[in-house]
Amino acid sequence: MTELRYLAPTTLDEAIGAFAAAGSAARILAGGTDLLVQMRSGAVKPGLIVDIKKIDEMTRIEQTADGGFRIGAAVSGMALHDHKSFGKIWPGVLEAVNLIGSKQVQGRASAGGNLCNGSPAGDSVPAMVAAGAIVTVQGPQGRREMKVEEVPAGPGRTNLKPGEILVSFTLPPRPAGSSDAYLRMIPRTEMDIAVVGVGVSLTLKDGVCTAARVGLGAVAPTVLLVEDAAKALIGSRLDDAALAKAASACSAACRPIDDKRGTIAYRTKVAGVLLKRTTAIAAKRASGN
Amino acid sequence: MAKVHVTTTINGEPMEYLCEPNDTMLDALRGPLGLTGSKEGCASGDCGACSITLDDSLVCSCLMLAVEAEGRELRTIEGMAQGDKLHPLQQKFLEMAALQCGICTSGMLIASDALLRKNPRPSEEEVRFWLAGNLCRCTGYDKIVRAVMETAAEMREAAQ
Repeated sequence: MTELRYLAPTTLDEAIGAFAAAGSAARILAGGTDLLVQMRSGAVKPGLIVDIKKIDEMTRIEQTADGGFRIGAAVSGMALHDHKSFGKIWPGVLEAVNLIGSKQVQGRASAGGNLCNGSPAGDSVPAMVAAGAIVTVQGPQGRREMKVEEVPAGPGRTNLKPGEILVSFTLPPRPAGSSDAYLRMIPRTEMDIAVVGVGVSLTLKDGVCTAARVGLGAVAPTVLLVEDAAKALIGSRLDDAALAKAASACSAACRPIDDKRGTIAYRTKVAGVLLKRTTAIAAKRASGN
Repeated sequence: MAKVHVTTTINGEPMEYLCEPNDTMLDALRGPLGLTGSKEGCASGDCGACSITLDDSLVCSCLMLAVEAEGRELRTIEGMAQGDKLHPLQQKFLEMAALQCGICTSGMLIASDALLRKNPRPSEEEVRFWLAGNLCRCTGYDKIVRAVMETAAEMREAAQ
C-alpha cells in the first residue's frame, strides 16, 4: 500500500499547490461519496487526498448582484435543499441534485463531485447543462470559466487540466416566466442510477417559449446539450408538433450503450418521452412565475 | 503509514483517537473508539446501517474519512438514550416490534431521529423517502415506518 497523505487546506491557493504538485496520484475530496467507494474497491489508490471543504468559497451559496446564483463545488445536496430561495428559482437543478443517493448521501454529495466524477448518468449534470451553468475552475495557471457541458470528456474523465480544481457553478439570472425541471427514468422508484435523464430550462412569454435549453444524460459517453431540441421548442407554444420535434431531436442525439439497465432502443425512445414530460413540468412551473 | 491524531466531539463528549488517513469514520468508531453500535453493512453508502450525524447532518460513517471528524460534532446511536432512559423512538421501536434481526436498527433510529429534528410532522411518504437509504433485509419496513409516525405524534403531543 502506498503512503497516503490527507490535507484540508483553508485556502484555494494552498489546495492547488498541493494538488498540482502531487500529480495524478492526488484526488480531491468533496463529499467523498464516490471517492471513498472507489478507494475501498481498489479502483483508486491516491497518494494524496485534498479535502476542499474547509475552503470557504467551496461551500458557499450566494446570490450574485445580477440575481444569479454562485454555488461552491462542495456544497452538499442537503445544504442546497435547505437554502431559502434556491429551490424556488431553480427547482429543476435542485430536484436533480437531490436525486443523488439517499438522505445520508445528500448530507455529503455535491454537484461539483457529481460533475467531476464524470459519470454520463450523473443526475445533476443534465439539469446544470439546461440551466446554462458556467463553472469556475482554478489551477496553477490561474482561474478560467467553462460551460458546464464542456467539463465531461468521457466516462470518468473531465477536461480539467492537471492541477485544476472545480471551484463553483454560476447560474444566470432568471427572466420572468422562467423555470426548469429534471426527470430521470429508473427501473425502481428511488435510489438508482439514471437510464435516461433529461433537464429542461425554459422561458415563456404570453404562452410562447422564448428561450430553452435541454440537457440529456445517460445516453452517450458524456451528458449532452441538445440544441436541436431547444430550437424546436423556442418560438412555439409547446404544442404537440413542437414537442414531437424536440423529442425526436433528443432521440436522434442518443448514442447509448446496451446494458442491464436498458437497451439502446429503449434508451433512445425514453429520451424523447422524457423530453415531453420534463418540458410540461418546466412549463407549468414557468407559467406561475 | 503515519497515524493522524484527531480531536472531536462524540455524543457531547470530547474524544480523541489515532487513525490512518484512509480509515473511514466507521473504522474509527468500531475500532479505537469502541463504539460498535454503528454497523457495517455494505461499506459503500447503500445500506445506512452505519448512519451517524455530523454537525447535525445525517451521513454514512463508511463514506466519511476518520480524519474529517477533526473539530466536528458527531452523534452515534450510543448517545441516543439518556442513561437508562430510552429515546422515544427507541422505546416505540421496542413496543411496536419495529425490528427483527436488529442490524439495521441503529441506523434506522439515527436516521429517524434526524428526520424528526428537521420535520416533527412528517407524512408517511416523507418517512418512507427519508428512510430509503436504510435497508432492512428482514424487510420489516412497515412496522418501522409506523413506529416513526407514532413516535412523531407522541413527541408533538408531549411538546404541547
